[in-house]
Amino acid sequence: MWARTVQQIVINQAGYYGIPRRQAQQRSEQVLRRLGLWDKRRSIARELSGGMKRRLLIARALVHEPRLLILDEPTAGVDIEIRRSMWRFLREINDQGTTIILTTHYLEEAESLCRNIAIINHGEIVEDTDMKTLLGKLHLETFVLNLHQPVSDLPSLPGYPLRQTDETTLEVDIDKTQSLNALFQNLSTHGIDVLSMRNKTNRLEELFVRLVENNDTTRTA
Amino acid sequence: MAIQNTSNAVLPDARDVHGAPNAPAHWRSARWRTNAIAFQTIIIKEVQRFSRIWVQTILPPVITMSLYFVIFGNLIGSRIGPMEGFSYMEYIAPGLIMMAVITNAYSNVVSSFFGAKFQRHVEELLVAPIPNALILLGFVAGGMIRGLIVGALVTVVALFFTHLNIHHWLVMLSVVLLTAMLFSLAGFVNAVFAKTFDDISIVPTFVLTPLTYLGGVFYSISLLPDLWQNVSLLNPILYMVNAFRYGILGTSDINLTVAFLLIIGFIVGLFGFSLYLLNKGIGIRH
Repeated sequence: MWARTVQQIVINQAGYYGIPRRQAQQRSEQVLRRLGLWDKRRSIARELSGGMKRRLLIARALVHEPRLLILDEPTAGVDIEIRRSMWRFLREINDQGTTIILTTHYLEEAESLCRNIAIINHGEIVEDTDMKTLLGKLHLETFVLNLHQPVSDLPSLPGYPLRQTDETTLEVDIDKTQSLNALFQNLSTHGIDVLSMRNKTNRLEELFVRLVENNDTTRTA
Repeated sequence: MAIQNTSNAVLPDARDVHGAPNAPAHWRSARWRTNAIAFQTIIIKEVQRFSRIWVQTILPPVITMSLYFVIFGNLIGSRIGPMEGFSYMEYIAPGLIMMAVITNAYSNVVSSFFGAKFQRHVEELLVAPIPNALILLGFVAGGMIRGLIVGALVTVVALFFTHLNIHHWLVMLSVVLLTAMLFSLAGFVNAVFAKTFDDISIVPTFVLTPLTYLGGVFYSISLLPDLWQNVSLLNPILYMVNAFRYGILGTSDINLTVAFLLIIGFIVGLFGFSLYLLNKGIGIRH
């Protein structure tokens, strides 16, 4: 019975930061539209879905146009479409000059959005660097190769440990010093055509697991 | 975190200005403006809250007070006869108005601030660059506005039953404003300590209502034996009701100066205590 509407919440939040009511009204419309909540502006906040509530939190945080935005798992529990639109939105406001500190368990999100990254394990920062440097530390990557035709007899390629997961899928571990071209040439020589290729896991995720494992081993030692 | 004003000029954090006496004048004026808007926002939010649920907040006290006027004033009052030289209806009208102001100012702040704590939207205010004193004053202003609106409506109802010639406007207005402020502050303290919804109704039911009924709303304490007259003097609401009655009717059981000193003393004490609670985060931060 006491509940305020979505737009009232955002307008009040702007007011707490000294934004006059008329201007707060305009800004609330801008942020609610950008976050896909304009249709819900007259709804009661507690009746929103989880993803919408999360977007409302972001709208409240953005309405006074802060220079620094701290987001704690902004896309946890939201569907893929909304997640992608939130990523676009975060990129936009970042391009416009807002610094964003983002905590996330989705490493794909961190890799796609962040320039700098810190990895925290048991409350301890185990890595704090820019994304490129961090990914450069990944020596070994696992690729999944989808083949044109089934392979019955898996060839042995020196330096390229191949594993077969099913008739038309291979996995291979490649060191960052090794060339992919050489791998494909070798496969062609054995009559194996590769249709497509992808990383088995997200690169950052792979690195994260290794860093955390190393850290845990050091802690227990 | 910096904020921006209307001209998009970047303002410093509240602490930058308050902590630095030599801050440029335009910063101070911008900070003053920011605070004024924040204060206004809290008041608007509070007024919107009780207006939205007027059936729960405004209507019931008006109906209850109308029943008091009908039953005590009209039906029973005509058999009681005059009190202190006034018809019984005239005599109880100021007390009933004050009772409505006290109850509503108190219950507005206690419900609103406890609700803000319970639903955690108090965090919106705590993270914003608003001085705690302004947050407190915003809630208090909301309570005062509701108390005064209900008081005004009860006065209108009273005018259907009796006529009220205001004896002293200044006394009447200052007493009603100060009393509304005092009980808004008391409501705030209650809300800070309340952990459940039961906790916000215990004080109004077991403390406020008995003190109000025994606070000279329906009778002059001169009717009581000496012992009970002296006991009644321990009831702070007696002073407020009588000071207000003086403002309207020109009669009071209590010395006016004592009444004002007591009310102001309570306000200063409660304001200081409330601000201390807010600064320490007692009952708010976990």
